Amino acid sequence: MTELTEESVRAECRAWLEANWDPNLGLVEWRVKLAESGWGNPHWPTRWYGRDLPAGLMPVVEEEFKRIGAIGVAKAGIRVLAAATILEHGTDMHKEKFLLRIMTGEDTWCQLFSEPGSGSDVAGAVTRAEMKGNQWIVNGQKVWTTSAHKAHWGLLLARTDWDQKKHAGLSYFIIDMKQPGVSVHPLRQMNGHASFNQVFLTDATVQPEFLVANVGDGWAVTTTTLMHERRGADGVRSWGQGAADRSERAYVEEREEIATVMEPYKWYPQRAGRVDLIMPRAQETGALADPVARQEIAKLMIMTKAAEWTARRARTAQEQGRPQGPEGSLGKLISSHIARAAARVHTQMTGANALLTGEDSPMNGVIAEILVSVPATSIAGGTDEIQRNIISERVLKMPRERTGDSDKPFKDVPRNTVA
Amino acid sequence: MKFSFSSEQDEFRSNLRRFLADRSPTKEVRRLMETDAGWEREGWQAMNAELGLTAVRIPEEYGGHGFGFGELCIVLEEMGRALACAPFFATTVLAAGAILQAGTDEQKAALLPGIAAGDVIATLASAEDNGRWEADATTLTADASGKLTGHKSFVIDGHTADLIVVLARGPAGLTFYTVTGDAAGLSRRLLKTMDPTRKMARLTFDGVQGTVLGTPGAAGPAYDRVMTEAAVCLTNEMVGGAERLREDALAYAMMRMQFGKPIASFQSMKHKHADMLLDVEMAKSAAYYAAAALDDGDADIVAMASLAKACASDAYSQTATHAVQIHGGIGFTWDNDTHLWYKRAKSSDVLFGDAFWHRENMMKHWAA
Repeated sequence: MTELTEESVRAECRAWLEANWDPNLGLVEWRVKLAESGWGNPHWPTRWYGRDLPAGLMPVVEEEFKRIGAIGVAKAGIRVLAAATILEHGTDMHKEKFLLRIMTGEDTWCQLFSEPGSGSDVAGAVTRAEMKGNQWIVNGQKVWTTSAHKAHWGLLLARTDWDQKKHAGLSYFIIDMKQPGVSVHPLRQMNGHASFNQVFLTDATVQPEFLVANVGDGWAVTTTTLMHERRGADGVRSWGQGAADRSERAYVEEREEIATVMEPYKWYPQRAGRVDLIMPRAQETGALADPVARQEIAKLMIMTKAAEWTARRARTAQEQGRPQGPEGSLGKLISSHIARAAARVHTQMTGANALLTGEDSPMNGVIAEILVSVPATSIAGGTDEIQRNIISERVLKMPRERTGDSDKPFKDVPRNTVA
Repeated sequence: MKFSFSSEQDEFRSNLRRFLADRSPTKEVRRLMETDAGWEREGWQAMNAELGLTAVRIPEEYGGHGFGFGELCIVLEEMGRALACAPFFATTVLAAGAILQAGTDEQKAALLPGIAAGDVIATLASAEDNGRWEADATTLTADASGKLTGHKSFVIDGHTADLIVVLARGPAGLTFYTVTGDAAGLSRRLLKTMDPTRKMARLTFDGVQGTVLGTPGAAGPAYDRVMTEAAVCLTNEMVGGAERLREDALAYAMMRMQFGKPIASFQSMKHKHADMLLDVEMAKSAAYYAAAALDDGDADIVAMASLAKACASDAYSQTATHAVQIHGGIGFTWDNDTHLWYKRAKSSDVLFGDAFWHRENMMKHWAA
C-alpha cells in the first residue's frame, strides 16, 4: 500500500471524479456510485463506504469536488449524526441497512432526545421502552424534533430500567417513524415559525435488533450523538445554496433537497441578531446621527469584534497545537449577548416601524423577526445558565452543586408531572 | 501577532510576572502609595536595570531594545496586574511616545537614551483643569521666545518627573515644548486623588522657558497619535488588573465557607464568575488585537484603539464591582486589597477619555 500524501490523495480523487462525475445522472444514482467508490465519506472505514482517510486530508478531497463541481453525499440534518452514531455503536446489520441510504439522502432522520420534562437535563428522560413479547413497546413524548414529520427513522433515547440510577436506566434505539404508534405535531414558536415538532409515542414498537449497543448503554451512545452535534454545530449554516446556475439533473435535484432541508432554518440568521444589518440600517434610519443610538451601536460592535477576536485566539491556539485557554468555552454565551443586544439596537433604530411585521415593515418583516427570534439563541443547544455552569465548573474548576438525582433509583427521583 | 503570542513573548511574560510578584507585592504597593512621590527612584532604577523595561520600545539607535507595542503591552499588562508603583507609563508611553512622534533626530538622540537607561523620569502634560485629553482643549500658551504660561492638570507623575513634555498653543499653533522638572517659574502640586497608586499633579507655568520639540505648529497630529498609543497601552494595563481581580475573587470564593460549604459552590457565585471570565477574556482579545494593530500599522487603528479602550473600561469596572461584592463585608475594608484595583479601574476609565468618549470616537473613525 502506498503512503497517503496530499498529492497522492488529490491525484487519485481527481482521477476518479474526472472518470465518473456526470451531472446528468439522477442524484441518488450518482450518490450510490460515489458511496461505493469510498470518495463520498473518505474518512469513514474502508469496509463501510470510506477509505480510512485521515481527517487532516479531507480538505483536499473537498477542494477536488469543488474544482470539478461534483455533488457530494447528503450531509445535512440529523442523518449525519445518525451515521456517526451507527458507525461507532451500531451492528453490521445497522450499517448495512442504514448507511448507504443516509449517504444518498433517501432516508431522513430525526433525534428523539428532549422531552417536555427534560430540556437541559436530557438524561432525565421518562419516555419508557418495555420489552413485551418479542419487541419493545415505547410510550412517551418527545419535543424539539426537527424534521420529525419527514423522517423515516428516529434516534430514540428511552428509559428501560426505573430501578437503576438516572443515567444507567437508559437505552438507545432506532425507531421506525412511519408507524401508527408515532404521531407528529408541529410546534409553533413565538416567532410564528414551526421548525420543530412534538412527537407522541403511543405503544410504538421497536424490533429487538434495533437496540443500539446494550440495554443500559443509552447515555453513552447519546453522548456520542451529542458530541457530533456540537462539533458540527455550524454545518447547517455553512451548507450553501447549491449551484444556482446549473440546469443538469443532479444539480436541480440537489437544489430541491437543499430547499427542503433548509426550510426549518430560514429564520436562523435573525436568531443571531443580524449584526450585519446594523450599520446599513443605522444609515437608512438616520440613527447614525443620534448620539444615544451611536453609543448603543458602538457597544454592540465592540462586543461583536471582541467576540470574533476571542474565537480567533481559541482557533489560533488550536492550530498551533497549544493548550487552549478559557477563551474556547465562551463563544456560545457571547453569542447570546450579541443576539440580545442586536435585537435591542435594531428595534430602537427602527422606532414605531419595529411594530410592523407585514409587507409594510422594514425589509419585509426581517427586522421584526429579529426581536422574536433571538430568545432561541440563549436557550437552544444549552441555555446560558447551563453554559455558565460548564464555564464555572470545567474552566474555573468551581465545585459542582449536589444534584438531587444521583444517589437513588430513578423511580424515586422527584420529577416534572407533565407527560 | 493579533491572536497569539510567540513562545519568547510568553517566556518574557512569565519571567516578568514572577519578578513583579516578588518585587512589587501588595505590601510594597501599599507602602509606596502612601508616599507623596508614589514611587522610589532607587528601587525603580534597580528594578529597571535588571529588566530594562524603559528600554523595551525605544529604538536601538537611541539606546533601547527596539521592541514593538506587542512587547511593551506585555510589560504594561503585567504592571497592571501587580499594580506596580513606578513612573513607567508616563515615561515610556507618554513622554517617549511624544518625543518619538514629534522630536527631531537630534532631539531623539539627546533625550531618549536617558529615558531608555531609566535615568530620566519623564511625563507628558496635556490635559488641563477641564479634564479633557483632546488637543483642541489646550489653553496653555507659549510666546515667540518659548515662555510657557498657564496650567496643566491630571499630569501623571508630574510632581516627580525630571523632564516634562508640554502641549501648548504657540505662535505657530499647537506645539510641544520640553521643560525640566526644576525649571524656574514652574510650580507643581500633587493632586489628592481617589486612586493612590497613580499619582497626578497640577502644574502652573508662570513664564517657564520651554524648548520646542519638533516642528512648531505641528504637534496636533503627533499628539493624536500618542493618545492612540496611550489608549492601547492603558487598555493592556487595564486587562492585567482586571484579570488579577477576577483570579483573586475566584480564589476567595473557593476558600470562603458559608452554610457549610465554599461559596464557590453556589450557582449565583458560579454564574457571576463565568460572566467575569467572559468580560475579561473579551477585553483581553481587544487589547491584544489593538497592540498588534499598532505594530502592524493598521489603517483603522484609531477606531480599534478606542474600541479596545471602551471594552476594557467597562470590563475592568464591572469586574471590580463584582470582585468587591464577592468578597462581601471584608471587600469593603481598607485592609482588603480589592479596593486598590477597584480604584485603579476608575482612574483608568477616566484617563485619556472614558468609555463613552471612546465609543463615540470609534464611531467617528469606523470604516467597516
